[in-house]
Order: sequence, then structure tokens, then C-alpha cells
Amino acid sequence: MIKAILIFNNHGKPRLSKFYEHYNEDTEQQIIRETFHLVSKRDENVCNFLEGGMLIGGSDYKLIYRHYATLYFVFCVDSSESELGILDLIQVFVETLDKCFENVCELDLIFHVDKVHNILAEMVMGGMVLETNMNEIITQVDAQNKMEKSEVSLTLFDIYS
Amino acid sequence: MALKIVKGSIDRMFDKNLQDLVRGIRNHKEDEAKYISTCIDEIKQELKQDNIAVKANAVCKLTYLQMLGYDVSWAAFNIVEVMSSSKFTYKRIGYLAASQCFHESTDVIMLTTNQIRKDLSSPNQYDTGVALTGLSCFVTPDLARDLANDIMTLMSHTKPYIRKKAVLIMYKVFLKYPESLRPAFPRLKEKLEDPDPGVQSAAVNVICELARRNPKNYLSLAPLFFKLMTSSTNNWVLIKIIKLFGALTPLEPRLGKKLIEPLTNLIHSTSAMSLLYECVNTVIAVLISLSSGMPNHSASIQLCVQKLRILIEDSDQNCEPSVNACMKYLGLLAMSKILKTHPKSVQSHKDLILQCLDDKDESIRLRALDLLYGMVSKKNLMEIVKKLMLHVDKAEGTTYRDELLTKIIDICSQSNYQYITNFEWYISILVELTRLEGTRHGHLIASQMLDVAIRVKAIRVFAVAQMATLLDNAHLLTGNVQRKGICEVLYAAAWICGEFSEHLDNPTQTLEAMLRPKVATLPGHIQAVYVQNAAKLFATVLKSQEGNTDSTAAQETSQLMIDRLPLFVQSANLEVQERASCILQLVKYIQKLQQKDVEIAEEVIALFAGELNPVAPKAQKKVPVPEGLDLDAWINEPPSESESEDEQPRAIFAKEEPKHSRPRHTEVDEKELAKRREARKQEQANNPFYIKSSPSSQKVYQEAPGVEHIPVVQIDLSVPLKVPGLPMSDQYVKLEEERRQKDRADKKKKEKKKRKEKRSGRGKRHDSGPESEEDITPAHMVDIVTEEMPENALPSDDDDKDPNDPHKALDIDLDNLMEMAGRRPLADSEKLPVRSHRAAEVLKSPAQDGDAESAASQEPKKKSSKEKREKKKDKDRDRKKSKEDKKKKKKHKHEEKGEDLLGGQAEEPVVQSEATSEVAAPPTSTTAEVSDLDFWLSNAPVPSNTQEAATVVAAAEAAPTSEVASGTAPDSEPDEPKDTETEETKSSKHKKKKQKKEKEEKEKKKKKKHHHHHHHSDGGGEESVQNGTVEEEEPLPPMSNYCLLAENSYIKMMMEDADKVNDIQGNLQDGSQVVVSVIFENKCDSFLKSMEFNVLDSLNSKLQRPEGSGPHDGLTVPFQLPPGVSNEARFVFTMQSIITPQKLKGTLTFIVKNEDSSTHEKLDFKLHFTCTSYLISTPCYSDAFAKLLESGDLKCSSVKLEGVVMPFHHLLARICFRHHFSVVERIDSCASMYSRSIQDHHVCLLVKTSGQTVSIDAKCDEPTLLGNVLDEIKQTFSQC
Repeated sequence: MIKAILIFNNHGKPRLSKFYEHYNEDTEQQIIRETFHLVSKRDENVCNFLEGGMLIGGSDYKLIYRHYATLYFVFCVDSSESELGILDLIQVFVETLDKCFENVCELDLIFHVDKVHNILAEMVMGGMVLETNMNEIITQVDAQNKMEKSEVSLTLFDIYS
Repeated sequence: MALKIVKGSIDRMFDKNLQDLVRGIRNHKEDEAKYISTCIDEIKQELKQDNIAVKANAVCKLTYLQMLGYDVSWAAFNIVEVMSSSKFTYKRIGYLAASQCFHESTDVIMLTTNQIRKDLSSPNQYDTGVALTGLSCFVTPDLARDLANDIMTLMSHTKPYIRKKAVLIMYKVFLKYPESLRPAFPRLKEKLEDPDPGVQSAAVNVICELARRNPKNYLSLAPLFFKLMTSSTNNWVLIKIIKLFGALTPLEPRLGKKLIEPLTNLIHSTSAMSLLYECVNTVIAVLISLSSGMPNHSASIQLCVQKLRILIEDSDQNCEPSVNACMKYLGLLAMSKILKTHPKSVQSHKDLILQCLDDKDESIRLRALDLLYGMVSKKNLMEIVKKLMLHVDKAEGTTYRDELLTKIIDICSQSNYQYITNFEWYISILVELTRLEGTRHGHLIASQMLDVAIRVKAIRVFAVAQMATLLDNAHLLTGNVQRKGICEVLYAAAWICGEFSEHLDNPTQTLEAMLRPKVATLPGHIQAVYVQNAAKLFATVLKSQEGNTDSTAAQETSQLMIDRLPLFVQSANLEVQERASCILQLVKYIQKLQQKDVEIAEEVIALFAGELNPVAPKAQKKVPVPEGLDLDAWINEPPSESESEDEQPRAIFAKEEPKHSRPRHTEVDEKELAKRREARKQEQANNPFYIKSSPSSQKVYQEAPGVEHIPVVQIDLSVPLKVPGLPMSDQYVKLEEERRQKDRADKKKKEKKKRKEKRSGRGKRHDSGPESEEDITPAHMVDIVTEEMPENALPSDDDDKDPNDPHKALDIDLDNLMEMAGRRPLADSEKLPVRSHRAAEVLKSPAQDGDAESAASQEPKKKSSKEKREKKKDKDRDRKKSKEDKKKKKKHKHEEKGEDLLGGQAEEPVVQSEATSEVAAPPTSTTAEVSDLDFWLSNAPVPSNTQEAATVVAAAEAAPTSEVASGTAPDSEPDEPKDTETEETKSSKHKKKKQKKEKEEKEKKKKKKHHHHHHHSDGGGEESVQNGTVEEEEPLPPMSNYCLLAENSYIKMMMEDADKVNDIQGNLQDGSQVVVSVIFENKCDSFLKSMEFNVLDSLNSKLQRPEGSGPHDGLTVPFQLPPGVSNEARFVFTMQSIITPQKLKGTLTFIVKNEDSSTHEKLDFKLHFTCTSYLISTPCYSDAFAKLLESGDLKCSSVKLEGVVMPFHHLLARICFRHHFSVVERIDSCASMYSRSIQDHHVCLLVKTSGQTVSIDAKCDEPTLLGNVLDEIKQTFSQC
């Protein structure tokens, strides 16, 4: 199970937070801060796993992260997930974002966090991996966006008619 | 009104949207909080508007603010409003917000049930998808209960997109509403074989999650997962399954045996590191679960370790460095698992692991440290610890350094100091560790010092000397504020010096050191120990001085005590104060006596007499209270006067008197004290529960044989002792080396002289061999090797599980359910709640599956189907009952298995038809293989698939043997892929024909398929394979899978049955391929290499060769054979027509290589493919079977067998095993059976028996095939 997925930038500003277990807002912020603290002080070329400790869930949990340019992608997972598998999953996630936003950069995530959520929802559902095939993810995301567009134009039509 | 809407919409144009909000926040960096609070006010205004677009926009912004840490739960109702919008755009925004901030205590969640239900059944798949995604995040027990049935219906949705989401969310539903697990499970299981890989993956995911928590309930799914593992190509799914197997194997070692081979193959073949790693991990788990001593497995372990080594040391240039670091980390992690059971294999990689200690990555260093723990031996302990000490010096962060410190102590103290050969060295290490700045582990070092000093008698002299030095230099330890933690060691030092003061060189100096004013700055509990032990020291000093003629020295010592103790009497710490004042009074009294020239040293020493025995920490707890003893009852009447009862001092007294808390007067004068002491000793001597000290007084103790154990190796301690704080443990490494060398030299000498007498006086130096680990003798012995337990101590287990674990509720037995032999069908109460109210207003989705009944109409149907079932079952039930009774006896395991298998098959159709008519009942998928795990597993040594497809006509000399072999080797069919099971039965013939056409097209490459094989040296006619139990009656005939193919003086070829390769999806394109496994066994003393396997192709059958090779080229066997080794290779054959049996001639050429020569040899053989080898056991429902027979497309034929004496179920089993049929229905002495060829010919049998005559009526759409199959069946039975 995936416990949480966090994206924050090099300064610890959250860009996306998805908790698959309920915490109140303060705890969430604290987890983000602590995770950032743990992850950011690590060298670029050290391993991408951190034993979570008390952060979320205790000793069964690991933080698995990747650092891309200005952003950290952190998955907090339990021992049922394969560490290397999750690393691959992060890669798929980022590549999917790249395709959907066309050369994704931090600004895309800043202004379109809702879209990022929608993409993520096609990959991970309730803490379990739903789909790992990028093409399938993109197909579904595109189809939904198309639907949204047609609705928007309908709305505009409603307004101005 | 219209105007209002337009106005609202236009307003919206000017509202901030999410992007504006984000931009605004970025522009207000200084007063962000203020800006956001104005934004929230705006949002509140927007939420008050009627326009849903405005509301949605507001909610969207709230979601963003929630991420920044703002509580938005106040808008929960608005979120529900947006969720229920009919527009997908808004609905999605609403569900996203809900998934981010709803949780179990959000009260508006109650309002969402109907909305979610409506969305779930929406005709738009994305509405449903969005609802499922949202629900997965905020599902509550109520929602789970109310919606479980709807979601279960969606599991059979036509769109895979919905199916996979529905399957996945079921896990959440199970967690919140465990009652749903049993009814939903059959369908979930069915989804494991869904044609869509995404759905399949989701089902695997869910079951793996479930199984991880309660693995034993899912053991029976192992065959199914095994099949998936050998057929799936999705790495994600494979990883999950392999991880699951890792959790299952500890419960069922037989499963492990089955797994080793396919896993090893995956390890060899996969290029995905993640998969490779998980395979290695599971192989390790398997090997741990298997008992050792299986020679084949050492190869697997070696393979794992070797692959891990590559993982650890190789840096892939193409990868990011961090990913390489990950590999390293995981490699070490897996190594540590191997280490537990196969330490030797890992120990050879010590270099690599020590190297990892230098890694810049702390995680990797910590992992390497963990590994070191298990790798130490007597031989390398000093060396490893020396390395670690270097790292301690280098370490930067205190966390890592503390970790190192604890690891050093762990490593040294593990299993009762098993690996320490020289305790002087260890004490020195401990002393060195006290020099660490700012460590938090002072108490750890202290307890080690105490432990060693108490338990290793021989080391006390040395320890005391070291501790005295520590005390002398206490200022170094306490000087710095940062060193707070380390002063704990003074506690140990003071106690050791006091307790073993007779070993002190210069007790007066130590006494002086213990009474320095600076001591008063130490923590109270340490001061208390100081005071108490100063008294002990004082006694020793007195004793040594009293012997002297000059009495002034003794008096000076008393004066010193009297001068210094008042400092402690003033201590704020009660403990210190109390002890100090007692002792002060005592000393004053002694001084008085001294002035009268009374010799009192003996008496003072008697105060502290008695040797100390270590007691295991839980010893007291483990002594049961004797019968009739009431610990709470007064033994004597309570004394009338009140006695102040002091609490037992925790620290030192606790050790001396583990359980006595006795009344004490606050004012005790010296005499009384002594008297009390005496009385107490008396009392203790009579107290059966007191752990008796040895009767020896201190004096006796000094003369005790323990003295002889004082280390013989003389070490010049002057240097290290006088320069405290200098590293000195190093010299021990050298000394130890010398000692060992000397030992070795002695040994050699001794051996030369062939003297066998024991060497006198040096008990600790026993004979030692030059190399082996056991031969390294410790310089000191740990006196108390096992933890001291009082007599009749009880073993206790302290395991307790977390009662709050939500997965406990999911520990539900699913086996009965799956077997579905009517043992424990779902009770009505277990069925999922079905919405009954307002059913009419719910939109019925046109997309819903046929078998997923509209829930609204379910109630009545349920009844009728129940009735039906009742009728059908009546007959079965009696039979089952008797079977169950039998089962309870569990005597004849084999027989039972056989029956089970058949029973399961026979009842299957009933189950199936029920399932289709009832949503909540478990549908389909009960096949023989799953229904009896035991059967599947008991065949572990036998290949999992198929059987002696091709009987073998071997080379002339072997011919008789092979005939016997093929005759008496029936086989099991439990694992035959029952591919397409579900669709197959539902699908029309038309579909099958289409598949047939496809299949006749070009074949694809060979699919990977893994089999287990067991090596039966000959036909195995006499062998009883399973479990070693001997059946008393009606045993199923033993089985073997290998028959001799050909043999000469160099090599033996054994052939396993041919298999048909079938894709699990029922993709029959590969359908006319047959796989033959051949075992090559080297019988000679030479090396066999360059083996080539060649077969002369016929028009009909061809050996599949790699692309580019000619039709007559041989296939190189991909291994060489050292003497005595056997290995297996597989060959794929392509068949054009399968209606007649085939024979193929072949040759094996190979080179026999001796030390001096090498010769070419060859061996001829014949492969025989029977017609039954082309049949695949395929389950068939009775209704489908009936349709098939009615269709009239089938040609009829029949055969009669006379003189068959075996019981009917054996007969059926034999047909199933040997001819790949499955039982469709069995009624008394009559059974219908079905099988399908790889080219999709249906073969139906009706088997009847009366007396010794068995008649078989058969129908098949291909008469030639049918004739041949019947001939083969006839032959099978004529041979027995």
C-alpha cells in the first residue's frame, strides 16, 4: 500500500499532497515538512530509500523518492510494495506528467495541481497501484479532459444564448 | 430567474479561479496568511451563490488551500453539492475535494450514499470512475456496507476501466466492512483471470494485500497464482505475486519447493532489476522455510548471493548514481536475510560489506552494519571491531556514531559473548568507547562492563584495574556538559571497584578518587553507588591495613571517610543522603573501636560478604507460585507498631537481593545493622524462593578455583593504565594473533609428539587446530553461559499481536467458500446488503453485466435459486456428509485427496449453475486444482503440468523398462491450465472456431513455462511419493513423470511428459506446440559437453529451432554436465495434425572430456507422442456439456474394458491423470468426462461401470483422434 504521495520543491513548498490515510491538516503539514527535511539533506547520488521511522506508520514504512530538477517526488509505502517497482512508478508518473503538460516544469504543477491530481488518480487509487501503463493512463486522462472541454463549451453556449 | 443565472455566470467571469489564487498567493509573499484569509472570505461568498459553476470554482480553490494546510472541513456540505452536479467537470472537482478532506468523522458523508450510488451506476464510465476514485479515499464502514453490493456488481462491468477500479476499491471495502469479504471473494478470485491485464493486476493487488495480513487463508490460491506467475508478462503483477509467495512459503514448505525452479528461471531471464530483486527475495524466503540439507538448494543460494553481489558492487553507467545506490541498499538488505540461515554463503563476501561501511550513504552504511552483526566469528571479531572503531573515530553525525557504538556492543555481546576470545580486549574496547563525545549510550557501555565483570570471573582483576583508572580520571568523563550520557559508565566503574575491591592494586587511591568533592556533581543514582561502594572499598582497605603494625594508616582511612562523607549526607538526593548517613555513622563507630585498638576489619568486611550470582532478567517471573501458597496472606500477624517501609533501592541492591524488600528502621546502629544482616542471611538461607548465593564468603572466594582462571597471557598494563584514554585495544589484536599462533604451534608440536595428555594448569588452552573456527579457544570463559534460571522456571512466550490491527477482522476463512463443496456456503446473513428502498429511482445501467442481476429484483430470485440449490444439493449432501466424516479422521490422507479431487469436480457443475443465478453466491472457478491445495502441493515433486504425453520407446536396451514406466505411471493433472475456463464455457462455438483458425496460423515462439520435476530413477512403479504416508486401503496408484528415453554408459536421458503450451488467456495460437522436458544425467566420471539434441522432423511434427538455423541442425543443450550431475532441457515441437500418434527419431551427440582425452559420442532415441498428449484437461459445466452432446456434430464410438478391478473413483482418477480428462458429473457408478485437444476437438466420455466391466461411450468431432484416444485408454487399463 502507498500511504502518501508528496511532491514538493527544493524549498519544501508543497506542490501536491495526497494522503491515503486521514491526518488532520496540521499533521499533514508537519509530515510534509519533516519529509522535506529528511530528503533534502541527502546527497544527489545516495540511495532513494529512507526508512520512515515514526513519520508515517512506523517501521514497516519506507520513503521512496526521486529528485527531478526542482521537485522531489516522494512516495511513502509499506513493505508490500517493491522498492524498485515504486521507483519505476515514479518515473512513469513523471513521464506521464511530461506528456500531459508537454515538457512539464514546476510552474505547471503550481498552477494546475487539480490536473496533476486527476492524472495521479488514474495511476494510484486509494493507495493501491491502478495502472502502470503510461499510454493507458494518458488515454483515460485525455478522454476525461475532452469530456470536460465539451461541457465547458456547452456551458458557454448556455450562458450566451 | 434567467437573468439571475446569467448574472451569476457573468460574475463568475470576474471571480478568481485557481490560477488567479495561486498567482495572488505568490504575489503576496509577505502577508500570505492575510491574503489567504481574504481569499477564504471570497470563497465563502462564492459558495453562497446558486450557480454550481461558481461553487465548483470555489471548491477547487479550497482544495488547493487544503494542501497548504488550511482546514476546509467547514465547506464539506458545499463539496457534497458540487459532487452531485450532473456535469462531469464539477463532479470531478467535488470528488477530488472530498477525497482530500473527507474522513470517517465527516458527518455530511452520510448524505453522499445515494449520490455515490447514482454515480456508480451512471451510463458514463468516467462518472463511475470518478466516484470510485473518490470513494476509495473516504469510504467509511457505513458507506462500505451500503455500497458493497453495487461495487461488486461493477466488478463484472463490461468496461475494463470500471472493472479494475471496482476490483481495487474492494480492498478498502473489506477493510471497513469485513463481512463483505466472504460474499465478494469468489468474484474477486474470478478476476484474477480477467482477460484485461489491468483488471487482473488489480485483483492480484487486492488479494496480495489481503494475503499479506492473513496468509494462511490464501494458501489455497497458490496454484492459481503459480499459474499466473508462469504465464504473466506484466512485471508489476509478477512482483506482487512473487512477494505474495514470499509470505506464503513459510506456511507451506512444499510450496517453496515448487517455486524454486520457476523463480530461478526468472532470475536468469529477467532484465528488470525490480523483478530480479523480488525473485531473489522470495527464493531466500523459500530457502529459509525449507529445512537445510537439500543439496540442490545450495546452488540457488549461491545464485542469489552472486546476483546480490552484482547488485551491490556494480554501478550501471546508464543509471543515475542514486538508483545504483538503491540497488546497493537492497542488495545488502537481501543479504541480511540470507545471512540468517546461510551465514557461510554471505561471509565470503565480507570484503564487499566492509567496503560498504565506507559508503557515503548513511542508509547503506547502516545496512552493512546490520550484516556485520551476523558475519562475525571468533576468527574475525577483533578485526571487524577494529574496523568499526576506526569508523567511530571518523564518524561525523552523532546518530551514526551511536549506531556504530551500539552495533559494536551488539556484535561483541551476541549469544553470550560467543565470539569473544579475549575479554581483556573487550573491556579495553568498552573503555575506549567511553571516550566518545556526546554519546547517549553510556548506560549501554556501563551494563556491558557490569555484565562482563560479573560473569567472567577471570577478567575481574583486569576489569577492576581499568575501572579504577576510569574513576581516577572521572573528570575527563564529567568535565564537559556534552558528556552527560557517558558518566553512566562511572556507575559501573564504581560498583565494580567496590564489589571486587580485593583485586585492586591500590584501593586507597581508588577510595580517595571515589570521595572527591567533584563526585557531588554526578547524577544522584551514581553518587549513591559511589557511597555504597566506598564503604565496600573502605572495608577492604581496613583489612589490608590492619595487618600492618602501624595502625595510623587505618585510622587515616577512617578519617578520610569521616571527612568526605558529610558532603554526601547533605545531598539533595534521598538515596545518597540515606546511604551516606548510615555509612558515616558506621565509620564513626569503627573509628571509635580503632582508637581502642580493636580489630574490626573482619566484621566490617562481613557486611559485604557473599558472592553475587547473576540472575536472568525474567527468572523471578518464571517461577510459578507453588500450590497452596497465598502471597497476599499474612504469614505472621502484622506488627502493631508501624514500621516505616523504605522502598528498595533500585540500583545495586536490586542485584544483590533480587526480590527482597524488607522493613528497615531509619535509625540503625552498627550492631543492629550487623545483627540484621546476620538474621537476613539466616532468613535467606531458609527461604526457598531466594536464589541462593554460593556459601563461600569473600575469603573463600579469593581462594576459590576461579583464581586459576586469571588470564595467563601477561600484558604489560602500565602504559595503557597510566595514560588513560589512549587507544589500547589494538594491541590485543596483535596479542591475540600471537596467542593463537602459539596455540597452533603447540598443537602442532603436540601432534608431532603424539602426546595425548591434557596440558595441565592451562585449562583454557585446549587443543586447537590451525584453521577452523571452533579451534580458536577463548582466553576467558563466560562463567555463566546460559542465563540463570531458577529450577522449575516456565518457558514463557511474550508474543502478542496488536489487537487494533484492522486486518484482524479480515482473518476470515475463505477455503470453505472456495471449495464450495457445500461445506459452508454463504449464509443468508452473510450476503451483501442489497438496497431495497427507493430502488426504482436508481438508474439501471445498461452496461451492467448479464450475470450481475439488477439488485432491485434480486430478492425474489434469491429465493428461487435457493430452492433450486436445495433440490440439487439434497443428493450431494449425503455423500458429502460421509466424506466430511471421513475427513475428520484424517487417517488416509491420500485416499482423501483422491476423493476430494473427484468430488470437487463432480460437484462443480452444481456450483456453477448456482453461481450464475445468484449474485452473492460464489461464481465459477472451482476447479479440481484449486479445490484441493494439498493435492497440488503433494505433487510438488512431480511436474505440475500434464503427464506422460509421449510414451517413450527408448533405445533397444531400455525398451522394457520404459514400457513398464509408461504403463504404471499415471499422473496428476491438477495444475493444467484451465485457461479460458470462464469465457470458454460461456462463449459460443463460433468463437472457438475463430480461435481454431487463428491457431492454425503461424505459431508464436515458445512461451516460457516452468515445471517442477522430480527425478524418478525408473518407472517409479513402486514408489509412493507423497508425504511418506503409507496408504492402507485403496491407495491411488503412485505416479511418476519421467521415463527412460535412452541410456548408454555415459549418459541417461529421461523424458518428462510433453506439455502443451497454452497461454493463460486461452490464446490458442500456440496450441499445436508440445513441450518435451528431457533430463540428462551424466553417468560416467568424465565431463560431458557440447551436447546437441537433434530430431529428424517428419512432415507432421517438427522440432522448433532458433531462427536462422536449418531444418536439420541440432539444438545445443544449454549446459554442460560434470560427473554425476543431471539437468533438464526443454524442447518445443510443432505439430500439424494431432489426430494420430507420432514417433520421431532423434540423436544426441556430445563430447566426453577426460583429463587427457576427449571423444565424440552419440546416443539414439525415439520420441513417442500419444494422442492423449494433445488433450488438455478442461473443466466443463454440465449444461455446456449437454449442449455439446445435443449438437450432433460429434461422432460416436465406444469401447469396453473387462476385468477392471479398481474402484470407480480410481478409474476416473486414472483417466483424468493419464488422459487429461476432467470429470463433468458423476452419479454413482456413472460419470461424464470432458477434454479438449490443443486444436480444439471436443472429446466427451460417458464412463459406466458394472462389476468388472467398464464401458466407455465416447463422442468427438474427429473420429480418428477419438479412436486413438480410446485405444490408448484401453491400453492403460490393459496394463494393470
